[in-house]
Amino acid sequence: MAVFLELLVNGVSVGAVYALIALGFVVIFKATEVVNFTHASLLLAGGYVIARMHPLIGFWAALAAGIVAAALVGALVEFLILRRAHVGSRGVLAIVTIGVDILLTTELTRRIGTEVLALGDPWGDRVLRLGPITVAETRVVALAVAGALIAAFLLAFTFTGWGVAMRATAEDAETAALMGVRLGRVSLSAWAVAGALAAVAALFLCVFPTPGLDRGTAAVAMKAFPAAILGGLDSTSGALAGGLIVGVTETLMNGYQSELVFLGRGIGDAAPFLVMIVILLLRPSGLFGTKEQARV
Amino acid sequence: MSDPTPSAATPGRGVLRAALWLPVLAAAVVVPFYLEGFWLQAGLFAMSAAIGAIGINLLTGAAGQLSLGHAFFLAAGAYSYVYLSSDVGLPTPLAALAAVAVAGVCGGLFSPIAGRLKGAYLGIATLALIFVGQHILFNAEPVTGGFNGRPVPPMELFGFVFADTPELVVLDVPFGSLERLWFLGLALLAGAAAFARGVLRGRPGLALIAIRDQEIAAGVMGVPVARYRAGVFVLSSMYGGLAGVLVALVFQRVVPDHFGILLSLDHLAMIVIGGLGSVGGAVAGAAFVSLLPQLLTRYGDALPLVAEPGSGGVSPAEAARILYGAAVVAVVLFLPGGLAGLATRLGRVRLKELKWAKSAAAPESRR
Repeated sequence: MAVFLELLVNGVSVGAVYALIALGFVVIFKATEVVNFTHASLLLAGGYVIARMHPLIGFWAALAAGIVAAALVGALVEFLILRRAHVGSRGVLAIVTIGVDILLTTELTRRIGTEVLALGDPWGDRVLRLGPITVAETRVVALAVAGALIAAFLLAFTFTGWGVAMRATAEDAETAALMGVRLGRVSLSAWAVAGALAAVAALFLCVFPTPGLDRGTAAVAMKAFPAAILGGLDSTSGALAGGLIVGVTETLMNGYQSELVFLGRGIGDAAPFLVMIVILLLRPSGLFGTKEQARV
Repeated sequence: MSDPTPSAATPGRGVLRAALWLPVLAAAVVVPFYLEGFWLQAGLFAMSAAIGAIGINLLTGAAGQLSLGHAFFLAAGAYSYVYLSSDVGLPTPLAALAAVAVAGVCGGLFSPIAGRLKGAYLGIATLALIFVGQHILFNAEPVTGGFNGRPVPPMELFGFVFADTPELVVLDVPFGSLERLWFLGLALLAGAAAFARGVLRGRPGLALIAIRDQEIAAGVMGVPVARYRAGVFVLSSMYGGLAGVLVALVFQRVVPDHFGILLSLDHLAMIVIGGLGSVGGAVAGAAFVSLLPQLLTRYGDALPLVAEPGSGGVSPAEAARILYGAAVVAVVLFLPGGLAGLATRLGRVRLKELKWAKSAAAPESRR
């Protein structure tokens, strides 16, 4: 039972981090209807800046730098490329983001090389003991930070002018533009926010018990894709639910690996995707996604 | 995106087209007599990539359905060929056919999702194929050989073996496995391209394009949208399977690492660079994307910025990736329609000049 609880807590905390990534993904999709495959490399960029800067300027300043850098990369991608691509379908824009992702990921993994970069976080490998279960401190912090950020965003969506502009754009971009919403700004800010969230997520994906940032981190970030789609690409609460489902599934599968030998080694990596397939079979637009309706 | 004009509107153009194709064909046949193994292998990889790219272009270019899972179907084809020919003991041509069928069945199993999801949604869902596929490739060791993969038995067609032995010399050129496979690859590619053209120009192609451009209107006009989406997914996965068989024959070994997400991304890059929805474009894009790393490896010493692998600089493979990543972005920004679009535009310009020259020569006849 203690093992199960421990895994559950860990799973929820990892899930919260996935939810952060998925949230950024959903924000971009809502604002621009672009499925953003660049997300994994935004995350890598944020993590890389934190890893390289922390010996020079200390952890907190490096974290801030990483967040700003990832936000900037996101904004630049939007401003320099997507805004200027005049294509008929959103599908082609998704492929453009794949092109950008190839570029960024190749360059970043080349810079990382075979190294495993530490992020210099203050929590180290300390653990908390809560009764019978032990949890890494980093996991607790991850849960708290991710929870706070997600709550802040949900509130911002509902109550700030930015959130209203974002929702109006998602609802009907043309009408929103006529009402004075600046679409360019909305999508720019969406990309910047997504980048910033990805950088925060990068931090928590690379701290203890993970050894650090390496070239495989981008693949880890890919698990946020099923999180986003199984919750529903256009639903912020769906991103939260999706993240938690993916995180808990993965952690439980990895934790009980010895009992699940018949499924093969490393089933934890494939499990989120299997869950995604099952959910998509039952609900093609995700758990909370709005079903597309068309009036003819 | 695909050219809307029906083929060979006038007999004159048909002759022109044949005259254009003849040298290409001649060059393709002559190549193995002159080029060394390195280039033959590169060319064979390009052919396999071209078959795969044609398949995904049917799906992504014509039907507008994004797939990141194409590498999975290549793996399905390659591994089924190996398993069916070495373990089950099917004759190799049958094993190859069956492997393509297996890839199609895999695509069919995914069709409940492929038929219902559209566009980029499907792209994310197909990521599952890659990750689950890799998991299977690494873990189903009796069939896949696990991490180290398995050797590929050479193809044997009516007693003719596509391998280095028995020795064969044609016109003073020793014909090893690469030279022999070259012709097999050419035939497969030509067949694959012709079939895809037929699909695109016939009713199915029109239906797919209608679904891509206006799903609802297509449905109203009686196109069974979900069935077509599932169908084109199966077809594209069969193309993937065929490409997988060819790549396995060329490599002579299948390893799971080859069939990762990067291979899928490569295929998407190919069709964007070549031109979405065009068969010729897919072939051109495949040649570009798969030959670029080879070129950079071969002539890397002569180029600035490209360094030896492992020396800390930009290795040829990385340089190639960066280049075609940038090419994808540049094509969408500046060259809608890709290389195929460029070709048609150039062709149109030349045609205009031609017409203009004719009309200038005979001004009286114009009134």
